[in-house]
Amino acid sequence: MSRPTFLKRTSKKVAIERAIGTGVLVIVALGPLIVTDYWVSFILTQTFLFGIAAASLIFLSAYGGMISLAQAALYGIAAFALGNMVTSGSVKGLHLGIDPWLGVVLAIVITTAIGFVFGAVASRSTGIYFLMITLTYAVIAFYFFGQVTQVSGFSGIAGIQDHTPGLVGDPVTQPNRLYYIALVTALLVYLAIRYVVRTPFGIAFQGVRDDPVRMGSLGYNVSLHRTLAFTFAAFIASLAGVLYGWWNGVVAPDNVGLGATVDLLIIAVIGGLGRVEGAWLGAFAFIVINNYVRDVSVPVLGGSFNTVIGLIFLAIVIVSPDGLMGLWDRLVQAVLRGRGGGSPQAPVEVQTAVPEAGS
Amino acid sequence: MVFSLVWILFWAPNTNFGSAVDSPNQFLITLLNSVTLAALLFIVASGFSLIFGLMRVVNMAHGSFLLLGGYIAYEMQQKMTSGGGLTVFSSQVNVWKWIVPALVAMAAIAGLGLLVQQVLLRWNQGQDLRQALITIALSVIIADQVVAHFPTYSTVQKGSAVNTSWPGSIDRLVDLHVAGVSYSVAKLAIIALGVAVGLALWLWVYRTKTGMVIRAGVDDRQMTSALGVNIQVTFAIAFVVGAALAALGGSVFASYAGVNPTTDGQWLLNSLIVVIVGGLGSIFGTVAGALLFALVYNFSIAYLPTGILQTTNGTCCTDYSIVVTFVLLALVLAFRPQGLFGRPG
Repeated sequence: MSRPTFLKRTSKKVAIERAIGTGVLVIVALGPLIVTDYWVSFILTQTFLFGIAAASLIFLSAYGGMISLAQAALYGIAAFALGNMVTSGSVKGLHLGIDPWLGVVLAIVITTAIGFVFGAVASRSTGIYFLMITLTYAVIAFYFFGQVTQVSGFSGIAGIQDHTPGLVGDPVTQPNRLYYIALVTALLVYLAIRYVVRTPFGIAFQGVRDDPVRMGSLGYNVSLHRTLAFTFAAFIASLAGVLYGWWNGVVAPDNVGLGATVDLLIIAVIGGLGRVEGAWLGAFAFIVINNYVRDVSVPVLGGSFNTVIGLIFLAIVIVSPDGLMGLWDRLVQAVLRGRGGGSPQAPVEVQTAVPEAGS
Repeated sequence: MVFSLVWILFWAPNTNFGSAVDSPNQFLITLLNSVTLAALLFIVASGFSLIFGLMRVVNMAHGSFLLLGGYIAYEMQQKMTSGGGLTVFSSQVNVWKWIVPALVAMAAIAGLGLLVQQVLLRWNQGQDLRQALITIALSVIIADQVVAHFPTYSTVQKGSAVNTSWPGSIDRLVDLHVAGVSYSVAKLAIIALGVAVGLALWLWVYRTKTGMVIRAGVDDRQMTSALGVNIQVTFAIAFVVGAALAALGGSVFASYAGVNPTTDGQWLLNSLIVVIVGGLGSIFGTVAGALLFALVYNFSIAYLPTGILQTTNGTCCTDYSIVVTFVLLALVLAFRPQGLFGRPG
């Protein structure tokens, strides 16, 4: 791979990050041998699948300057689609009872198609407008599944875990299978995003982020690039949705509600909106905090986990808007600069990636 | 689109009400309900729009302000009527026992809004996404705090749905002498309140000096401030007024339908749809957005055929209004991304 000379200066950092990445990968690949079953089936599997959903959000924000709040809705749509397709018998929804693999394919296709429509409607908006429009998608999805009783209703669809393909098996008794499937999917998603942003499409998409007007005058179709990128993100989110359906077994309107939407945003912000790796870092931090702060009561204020995570979220947005990955970038930069080999690159600011509000 | 809607109104098979010609009173009631809802939507969304128009802050905690305002109004009314956590009957409530709780809620939320603006939003002006994230964090915290502490009565479970009561004098039906329609005076009062808020805002923004500064600030913040206007004071005032309007909306909604811990998300969505459809930062846009949203919402509940789509599973009560709302949003955005009255750029 040939890199332009100005990027070579960061190679030391890249080497460090590759070493860390490989180390983490080896550890999680050996996961079931090292950590307890609870960590495998609950914390790490959940980290992988929420990381995938958050990666779709970060892909859009890092390379498109668009913060989408619809990603939780999209993964929920995939999980609902899967639930409606594969379950059978006396459960809520359409319970079509079709072949599990076909159900997976259809769930992904449906979600990607909906993502295309969502993306097309929002494609002329940027920045804060895009955020608001995607938030309305999220809330509309929540009310849709709550109110349209044919496909769900408020109690949601249960029993998805009994209709998994043979490869996945029973997620309850064979958690390791789902663990590795989620791990491999997460890895593939990561590689796919890394690949897409280097294709001519991905480069043009980043051009659209930096200067939509200029890209437009150069003959690129700005809204089409945004729409297709959103569709790609919806595809990624749908993978997370399918995994979630298998993992949780139940999908209910709450999975696409405002709470779930904000949780996914918090994951992405904790990890860092500027770098895709942050998705899994943020998911891990969020789930571990969620898991171990549940029973702690907040001093003075009272309240539950949400107050804690809200305060953490607030602190991160105030102190380091580009999250833990941004903190890491600046740390490495400071250390390397201290040795005289630093890169002149500025830390990724959420704000700089976003063109003038309005459209 | 409009044509087909009109067509359905005169034909309307398989619906709850039948066509408008067959039962004009149902049509009229749906229309009045829409105007009532539009008035309430306007009260809440105008605060949201005011804050955005001037400061470019999308206050994602607007729904939380409304929620907290509703609970504060409830607590005050309970205290004033010694309700002790039980539902207060409207016969126990006089006009002051409704107005004072609303004013207390407005004052409290205005104070909270001022605090938020000064502490969390003043130092990062211009970073609109960061500010939106800050207010989202705030909404998470407020929602959790409300569930943890409200209602304060030990007899009531924390986080329960509560409602305030209208004053007895307006909690009745009045015969309108049109097509035999009787309509709630309280709902007419909401319409009047909406009109009053709209007029007051219009007078304030278009006929006073502060309003002049606000309009100048909306057009060009830096130039206004360079001309020696202390724009920071105007920002603070606008945020206080916006937050107070959310609390007023919360007080009304607590009597109109009651508040519960999911009210914040519902009203954030409502405010967003109104301002996205109408155009951000414009009073007229907010009026138009509120009316359009309320009409589409209420008429799709009343006049969308329910019979055809209710066959599978024998399930009932499916409400497609949200789908129609999405269609409205998509149509407006497809043709006017800046909203009906919004200015591009």
